[in-house]
Amino acid sequence: MKIGEKAKWDELLTGGVIEDPGNSVNYKTGSWGIEKPIWNKDACINCMFCWVYCPDSAIKVDKDGNMAGIDCDFCKGCGLCVKECPKPNALAMVLKADIEKKGMDVVFKETFGGK
Amino acid sequence: MAFLNELAKREERLAPGHRLCPGCGQPIIVRALLNITDYEIVIAHATGCMEVCSGLFPYTSWRVPWIHSAFENAAATIAGAEAMYKVWKRKGKTDKDIKFVALASDGGTYDIGLQALSGALERWHNFLYVCIDNQAYQNTGVQRSSASPFGSNTTTTPVGKVKKGKEQPRKDIVSIAEGHHIPYVAQGSPHAWRDLMNKMKQGLEVEGPAYLNVIQPCCLGWRFPPDMTIEVARMSAETCVWPLYEVIDGAIKINYKPKKKLPIEEYFKMQGRFSHFLKPENKDMLKEAQRLTDKQWEWLLKREAAGL
Ligand code: SF4
Ligand code: SF4
Repeated sequence: MKIGEKAKWDELLTGGVIEDPGNSVNYKTGSWGIEKPIWNKDACINCMFCWVYCPDSAIKVDKDGNMAGIDCDFCKGCGLCVKECPKPNALAMVLKADIEKKGMDVVFKETFGGK
Repeated sequence: MAFLNELAKREERLAPGHRLCPGCGQPIIVRALLNITDYEIVIAHATGCMEVCSGLFPYTSWRVPWIHSAFENAAATIAGAEAMYKVWKRKGKTDKDIKFVALASDGGTYDIGLQALSGALERWHNFLYVCIDNQAYQNTGVQRSSASPFGSNTTTTPVGKVKKGKEQPRKDIVSIAEGHHIPYVAQGSPHAWRDLMNKMKQGLEVEGPAYLNVIQPCCLGWRFPPDMTIEVARMSAETCVWPLYEVIDGAIKINYKPKKKLPIEEYFKMQGRFSHFLKPENKDMLKEAQRLTDKQWEWLLKREAAGL
């Protein structure tokens, strides 16, 4: 049984058991924060430091275990991945409002110099 | 490098959507634990930030069996689960290889959970206890704990005209764990992920109880920007405030010795909770903090040299 936020007391399982492991994925934390990281694939060396240090499991991984982008559903914009990334041009924090205003392409070019 | 790519291919056993602060190191530490092993793991978790924020009903971030314990009894809870598992094994009810882990922060370890921890270590349950040490009751509003370091500014040891933060040094919990003469005791830090993962692996593999103390720089309570969590952890090792070491069957091994041990100011400078240490009128306090750090570090070096 899946228990929703509106569950009544007599629908709950004994001991408050949750039968749907990892169901916090239904709670999106991606709206937190005013900044988010953007990723420049060409400069990335797939060291996965961003992955090991992301508190929110918000670094996407491809089938080879390489970096595949930011999961904006969950990224809280802490900036740890950017700080710990060894390549100066692979990750950068930008204002979400800037992306909305100017569009991703422009912000990307401004940030990584069109590389 | 390829090592992390291999790990990253596995299924994440800590789901996102938990509500810890941005930049919190606790899930970094928990992810290291869940990612480094293929074992099935059962966790008992004492009350604390990680426990509260990863288990807000009706949500859970855990993809392993996880028991929400009270503040004082994570070690007792896991001891019960482990004892039952042993009986099941004996009776042939299961042939699975399951590992048992208790998680708690410093409040649930150094203070409120100490009795349950000591009991479970002494009864020699086969489990790993990981203390995620953020050095105060951060979750309830940054109250001091016995893990808070000397002079730190907390809401119950505030810095004012008369008092200058916590007056006592922090409790040496690793030595307390060592006093149980268990096979494995270690101290780690999330910045040194490889070392931390090794320690977690050893703690899971060893027969009998294992204790692991991990520093958890808390951007909220220690007062630094959220992207500095790992930098602060790194500086704790460079200044020897938080030495990385392990004690295997009673013999110590120091896992990291900085080439040039940095003065404690470098660590204090990064954190608001220590900002008063840098004022000229508090020079004596700074000296005392340095003395405490040096004393601990030299003691560890002496022990290592003597093979103790
Ligand atoms: S830390 Fe930087 S270089 Fe390494 S995988 Fe992440 S984005 Fe790429
Ligand atoms: S900004 Fe923080 S939460 Fe977002 S991907 Fe980077 S490390 Fe993860």
